[in-house]
Amino acid sequence: MDINPNAPRALSRARFIAIFALSTLGLLACQKDPGPQAAPEPGGSAQAAAPAPPKELELLNASYDPTRELWRDLNEHFSAAYQKEQNVKLTIKQSHGGSSTQARAVIDGLEADVVTLASILDTDAISKKGLIKEGWTDRLPHRSLPYTSTIVFVVRKGNPKGVKDWTDLVKPGIEVITPNPKTSGNGYLSFFSAWGSVVLRGGSREDAVKFVTALYKQVPVLDSGARGATTTFVQKKIGDVHLAWENEAQLEVREAKGELTVVYPPISIRAEPHVAVVDVNVDRKGTRAAAEAYLKFVYTDEGQEIVAKHFYRPSNEAVLKRHAASFPEIKMFPVTDIAKDFQDAHKQFIAEGGVFDSIYKPKK
Amino acid sequence: MATVNRKVLPGFSLTLGYTVFYLSVLVLLPILACLFKAGSLSGDEFWRAVWTDRAKAAYLLTFGTSFVAAIANLLLGGLIAWVLIRYDFPGKRLVDALVDLPLALPTAVGGLVYASLYVEHGWLGRYLVPLGIHGAYTRFGIVLVLVFVGLPFVVRTVQPVLEDFDAEAEEASSSLGATRLQTFRMVILPTLYPALITGFALAFARSVGEYGSVVFVSGNMPFKTEIAPILIVARLEEFAYSEATAIAVVLLAISFSMLILINALESWSRRHAG
Repeated sequence: MDINPNAPRALSRARFIAIFALSTLGLLACQKDPGPQAAPEPGGSAQAAAPAPPKELELLNASYDPTRELWRDLNEHFSAAYQKEQNVKLTIKQSHGGSSTQARAVIDGLEADVVTLASILDTDAISKKGLIKEGWTDRLPHRSLPYTSTIVFVVRKGNPKGVKDWTDLVKPGIEVITPNPKTSGNGYLSFFSAWGSVVLRGGSREDAVKFVTALYKQVPVLDSGARGATTTFVQKKIGDVHLAWENEAQLEVREAKGELTVVYPPISIRAEPHVAVVDVNVDRKGTRAAAEAYLKFVYTDEGQEIVAKHFYRPSNEAVLKRHAASFPEIKMFPVTDIAKDFQDAHKQFIAEGGVFDSIYKPKK
Repeated sequence: MATVNRKVLPGFSLTLGYTVFYLSVLVLLPILACLFKAGSLSGDEFWRAVWTDRAKAAYLLTFGTSFVAAIANLLLGGLIAWVLIRYDFPGKRLVDALVDLPLALPTAVGGLVYASLYVEHGWLGRYLVPLGIHGAYTRFGIVLVLVFVGLPFVVRTVQPVLEDFDAEAEEASSSLGATRLQTFRMVILPTLYPALITGFALAFARSVGEYGSVVFVSGNMPFKTEIAPILIVARLEEFAYSEATAIAVVLLAISFSMLILINALESWSRRHAG
């Protein structure tokens, strides 16, 4: 294969380098080109004179998996209202995925105008990269929480194993389905709930470790995400109890046509899916006004009604009360009851070297 | 030699230039980025990220199941290729087309379907589980889906070689008094070795990187059925990019050295076959 170093060879090498450089330049040029086009519209708020044709604007909402139906509904209502008020024809695109996968996508350049993720861990990760200004939780009512949720039990028809409380989950013969806390928000919220159910009812840290160890010994499959766990429980009929998001549980039960029931444990975590405007993106795209109006809409009575309809607990007390029948009152403890904050809880319990890892250490 | 080549193939430097360029962009650059990212860790941090008990168990599982699956594919794929080339039967073209299906099907679908078939109440599981055969949420289940995703590789590498195989050599062998087994072992098999080894290497490499199907069928229990790519995802969830990449680099290094070994084996067998 080796070739003697003669003139034509040197020539071809030079030409090769030239071609290489040229094609690289060409590729870069292609990439640069749309830059200035995507950047116009500074300011962005639509000053609508009556006869002007509607301005067109596009928003991207990066959300987590189970919120598909919720946001579809909200988007429809908001864009109709916004066109009437501001004469702006709004197209709202949705992107759904695992919550932290979405956060990484936004960090890596997904041009989302707003993020509506499952946990503050993910929104904060975006903020730490400078894409969302500090103090973002104070910019919208209720600490930027238009709704909250929790973790509840789904059991088979008639609750044959008589599961009512967390302590029932570790009884012999009970199989529990919950996704992997390492890869799923549903997963670590289940873990936090289980932990809190011990330490907030008088148990010590040792008791809690003992409890979660026993609990995860009864988990036959650790699916990587919430929907995977639902499939395992519903389609494959594995397990007796499924620890699920409240809204997912309600959907699951409705679709199962009497085969499943929701059981509310007396105590569970208060899940806080924050919403936030991604400052850097809206300023570049000139969509700030629309993005802010969009998130504020979720707090209106109309928005809150939609939220309740999809089984998220509205933060507006009056609306919540109106739907009291769909939201049984249970003790929803904030994460600050079991740790400093979500970051701290995740670090202590879930992250590498945390309590969760110790559960599976083989005994030598 | 270069001058000769340039006359035979006009545009040699252009095509080579583009080949190198695209290979760099598509393969080399991502790998370099990977190494670079992992390089942001100190030696100690790197070691702590990649060499935990749990990670070691995962590497062993990933490479172990991939190896077993590739062996199974070697036998199964070789047999299928043989049948498809040597025999005519109705529906042969359909069977031939079926072989490629694992490549076209999203592997997550494969994993989901396998899991639903082999669970206790599944179509197959309801007969197999009472016999003690658990094809879902076990290591055996992982091997099953890896055999599925790796199947086309051995078949497709062996097929053309078998097709070109000179039937006269076989006839000569038997007319010289060789038994069937001897003919197979001493005449047919040696010509197939390089193709078999290539197919094995492809199937093996494919299995090591497989994620989509395995997560659905393995159950992901740490130390038992947790493959290495799951560890990577778990670290990503903690926004620990460098640690995640470090694990990827270890996987890459092991795979790469295994592929080099297999390639060496292949060229040795090629020379041996003559």
